[in-house]
Amino acid sequence: MKPLKSILTCAAVALGLAATTAAAEPAKVGFVYVGPVGDFGWSYEHDQGRLAVEEHFGDAVETTFVESVPEGADAERVLTQMALSGHDLIFTTSFGYMDPTINVAAKFPNVHFEHATGYKNADNVSTYSARFYEGRAVIGTIAGRMTESNKVGYIASFPIPEVIRGINSAYIHAKKVNPDVEFKIVWVYTWFDPSKEADAATALIEQGVDVIMQHTDSPAAMTIAEERGIMAFGQASDMLQFGPTARLSSIIDNWEPYYIARVQAQIDGTWESVSTWDGIAPGMVKIGAFSDRIPADIQAEAQALADSIAAGDYHPFTGPLNKQDGSVWLADGEVADDGTLAGMNFYVEGIEGDVPN
Amino acid sequence: MDLSTINPVVLIATLMVAATPILLAATGELVAEKSGVLNLGVEGMMITGAICGFAVAVETGSPFFGFIAAAIGGALLSLIFGVLTQILLANQVATGLALTLFGLGLSALLGQSYAGIKPPSTFKLDMPLISDIPVLGPILFNHDLMVYVSIGLVALVWAALKYSRIGLVVRAVGENHEAAHALGYKVVRIRLLAIMFGGACAGLGGAYLSLIRVPQWTEGMTAGAGWIALAIVVFGSWKPWRVLLGAYLFGGVTGLQLNLQVAGADIPVEYLSMAPYLITIIVLVIMSADKSRAALSAPASLGKVFHATS
Repeated sequence: MKPLKSILTCAAVALGLAATTAAAEPAKVGFVYVGPVGDFGWSYEHDQGRLAVEEHFGDAVETTFVESVPEGADAERVLTQMALSGHDLIFTTSFGYMDPTINVAAKFPNVHFEHATGYKNADNVSTYSARFYEGRAVIGTIAGRMTESNKVGYIASFPIPEVIRGINSAYIHAKKVNPDVEFKIVWVYTWFDPSKEADAATALIEQGVDVIMQHTDSPAAMTIAEERGIMAFGQASDMLQFGPTARLSSIIDNWEPYYIARVQAQIDGTWESVSTWDGIAPGMVKIGAFSDRIPADIQAEAQALADSIAAGDYHPFTGPLNKQDGSVWLADGEVADDGTLAGMNFYVEGIEGDVPN
Repeated sequence: MDLSTINPVVLIATLMVAATPILLAATGELVAEKSGVLNLGVEGMMITGAICGFAVAVETGSPFFGFIAAAIGGALLSLIFGVLTQILLANQVATGLALTLFGLGLSALLGQSYAGIKPPSTFKLDMPLISDIPVLGPILFNHDLMVYVSIGLVALVWAALKYSRIGLVVRAVGENHEAAHALGYKVVRIRLLAIMFGGACAGLGGAYLSLIRVPQWTEGMTAGAGWIALAIVVFGSWKPWRVLLGAYLFGGVTGLQLNLQVAGADIPVEYLSMAPYLITIIVLVIMSADKSRAALSAPASLGKVFHATS
């Protein structure tokens, strides 16, 4: 009996092995979001990317996500948990996860991490972000043309390079088409707090602003803009349903192609640490459809700007540009390099107020 | 800096709107705490009220039914807390925290199909002549009904706690549940009712956010308002009018700091951002600091477990 038994066991083991190689263990991909997936903004779009990955790869991947994870120590706990539970690839989708990602990645060299909007890489940590400033240039142009009070409101989250870059880009291009334009900037120190965002929008409107841009995640400002009869732009996601009349256009984050490409690399075993910074051209940044409210010539102007950015003919940060204090930043025709853009911590000339520290 | 762009009248009018959700939730919590129950689940009850109110308002097309549903939703959720802490004698702090987490999750689940919908707009009180009075008109007579309801509620709670028999019983239960029990009062029943009142008020506060102030449904939209309400009850030393003051102060400084930023005030943004929390706490602490009996204003049995046989 004994030989038979061991033969059977061997067969079973062999069969088991065969079965696992045939079906291949699905790649386990995790996502960490700073807000709820239903924020209809930043986290929502990342989750759309996750869903696209699931649809594209079917059974070959298994995705999980944790939403509303605070930036800081709590993120480290969530990341450790994810790494321990067998994830192969983990996307951390907010700037504030930068150090937690690096710390946890050091402890799990075999797990691959992808950190959005940060600047710290490691052997197993890639960074990726979108050149939102390209989109800001386009909507800045529209804002400059459409404002009647010449006051554009800007709801800013945290004073990090990404946000400052957006303000500068929007301002430069609004100013270009409307020399009288003024930017009113409010820092709310949150990515997601609908009531605070709504209050900021109200404060801006009370002081004469008639176009609102935002760098926060919820559509609250759009709702207020609709209610008060002013104009606004969708942020991260289209937000049309929140402001059918108010919405002029939007900057849409499109993570799907990137997520699919990176998961593919993980499955193929070709994943390596990279820094990706894509803009309008590869489709990571999309400009939402123009509202009929925008006159045709302005639509054409904005579209032409988007096209020339996509074609690489024009860079939104092209000199002559001065810093806020009047010192020269870029000479005539000079183009900003990525290093300066990535660490941008100053306003360009003409913007009032100081960048908070 | 051009401060002339800030219109104080508009600012006061908006602060009342900004403060109303916190005020409603804090008033409810005040009653629960006066009866000796510390319910840390305010945030969870608020957000449950926010989605219950929003969903019913959207389905029925009536914000009025929305607010009713919000109050019921908040009260039902608080009843879970009530049963756990009053009948099963669970720890109040832990149960309250769990209630917040549960409320956040439950509301996200209930709200899945309601994201991205516009609620029916809420009735604004139309007072044609008096709302046109300069200064006083916009401040006092140009709000939605809920702003007046919240102030009325504060007055009601104050009067009831101070002058009515019910108020005296609630306070007795909160100060010394053994004595109240010995006198024949149903401690558990009274506390359950106080908890449900707190839940209903928190629900109303949440619905005010989702139906009027923001107005839309997004997950996690209360974003900490419940915790502010809890803090205001403590710093307002369990006195209804001080709670009103605290809520308005908080709402006011929040609005003011945003307006100062827009006007380009020469104050670092960091200080402006922390100002609402700091100023509210400082003012309320100063108000209750000079009296040696300040410490006594906390209900003596607050957070203590009561069991009739022990």
